[in-house]
Amino acid sequence: MDRDVKISALNVNFYYGKTLTLKNISLDILRKKVTALIGPSGCGKSTFIRLLNRMNDLIPGARVEGQILLDGFDIYHPKTDVVSLRRRVGMVFQKPNPFPKSIFDNLAYGLTISGMRDKRFIEHKVIDSLKKAALYNEVKDRLHDNALMLSGGQQQRLCIARCLVVEPEVILFDEPAASLDPISTRKIEELILELKDEYTIAIVTHNMQQAARVSDFTAFMYLGELVEYGDTERIFTVPREKMTEEYLSGKFG
Amino acid sequence: MRQFRETLYRWIFTVLAFASLLFLTGIVLTLFRESLPFLVSHEFFDTVFGLYWYPTYDPADFGMLSLITASFVVTLGAMVVCIPVGVGTALFLHELASASQRAVLKPLIEILAGIPSIIYGFFGMIIVAPFIQNLLGVPTGLNAFTASLILGIMATPTVASLAEDALSFVPRSFREASLALGANRWQTLTRVVMPAAGSGISTAIILGIGRAVGETMVVLMVAGGAAVIPGSIFDPVRPMTATIAAEMGETVMGSAHYSAIFTIGLILFFITLAINIVAEIISRRFRLKLGLGR
Ligand SMILES: Nc1ncnc2c1ncn2[C@@H]1O[C@H](COP(=O)(O)OP(=O)(O)O)[C@@H](O)[C@H]1O
Ligand SMILES: [Mg+2]
Repeated sequence: MDRDVKISALNVNFYYGKTLTLKNISLDILRKKVTALIGPSGCGKSTFIRLLNRMNDLIPGARVEGQILLDGFDIYHPKTDVVSLRRRVGMVFQKPNPFPKSIFDNLAYGLTISGMRDKRFIEHKVIDSLKKAALYNEVKDRLHDNALMLSGGQQQRLCIARCLVVEPEVILFDEPAASLDPISTRKIEELILELKDEYTIAIVTHNMQQAARVSDFTAFMYLGELVEYGDTERIFTVPREKMTEEYLSGKFG
Repeated sequence: MRQFRETLYRWIFTVLAFASLLFLTGIVLTLFRESLPFLVSHEFFDTVFGLYWYPTYDPADFGMLSLITASFVVTLGAMVVCIPVGVGTALFLHELASASQRAVLKPLIEILAGIPSIIYGFFGMIIVAPFIQNLLGVPTGLNAFTASLILGIMATPTVASLAEDALSFVPRSFREASLALGANRWQTLTRVVMPAAGSGISTAIILGIGRAVGETMVVLMVAGGAAVIPGSIFDPVRPMTATIAAEMGETVMGSAHYSAIFTIGLILFFITLAINIVAEIISRRFRLKLGLGR
């Protein structure tokens, strides 16, 4: 098989307490491709993406059934080390959430928590990541200013840079541009297209055009179910499911 | 008619709002007026740093250093108790406590905060002081140590609940960002949440200290009452508040002693004012830092 699968969800059910929020989801996320998750608000996109780095572990009463494999290994296996999983699967959130620290310290954090003490290496990594996130030129003279002084779009690119520092294999984006203006949004999209050469990317968005612009594959979810999954181009031109077609043509959502 | 009602309401609320300003001004003016005779007739620094407080002798001595020292010692002692216990309680509540533990602890802390200080005083006098006296073999259990302990216990709920507020004000998104980078809970707490809540926690501590500095009943009951600079923490002391409370009733209005007591009150007022200003500055910085507006 030439499909190069990075993450594979197999018959995943997810409960918030007693509420079944994700129903029997099976989905492959391919290596070094961008997979978009679209669907109306509340359909479970964030819930699903947060399963992939076990962020939902923090929610009391949350429960997962089925399997999620990363490079073939079950990330919900009792022996899985959540810390190293999260270093392999990074996440960028809906609202930019830099720490109330300097720009530099925001990025260095991911390294120092794993015991890295080599100042030269840290500095090199910080600058390298800022460059990859297309932020370096804008902040190079004020690396020691508080990150909260940056604009929203810059903050979000900082969060992307912060994620890159720890050299993840997968990056999860949960509506990364939802709170940004069109220009900042465009910058984030360009960035995602660049990052795809090196990283496996999953992006949640409820902006269909955005999904069309940045993704190779698209999964359409509705009420906790995966309705349709396939090539982005194919989904957007000849959707197989009636529901997908209606959603894409703006009949609901 | 509606116009009139609105104007009326506006006036009523404006007056009520300015009432507190009026009270404050009244208090400050009274303090100044009553301490003025003393301030005029005595060298301020001689009295503040004077060693002997013999207000009823002839000639009288109004050295306040032992009183001020006593206040500082018991406050410092109270901090040693209330900071670790209060902040520790806040961290426990925020980070480790289960829902049911929180449900028990939080109201308990509020009850503790609401207990009148005289009850703490009783507790100190009847239970703690004799216990300390027997345990350590000191001449009296009514001393700076016991006072510190009781004041510290009293300030703990204030510190704990304000520090817990500060921790819970830290946006969840900071925690999530940290955990998503592969930080463990402890790293997230010490390197992200606590620094972000740091000035809020400092404010909690400062307000707790404010409570200890101004507390009267407890120190009157358990500090021992000796106007002498203590040689050790187990000596009886007489903090400023206790001095005022104890002597106000026995002094002649208009006498030098009377005016000296007001001067102590004035000093106390400025100390607590300074504490509140520092707390306000720090908490403002805290809100800025979290991007919660100015
Ligand atoms: N922490 C939570 N506890 C309980 N229910 C939740 C929680 N988070 C989300 N939900 C519910 O799960 C459903 C899916 O939410 P979500 O995954 O955030 O949807 P989406 O990201 O597609 O908008 C919604 O009905 C939402 O109300
Ligand atoms: Mg969402």
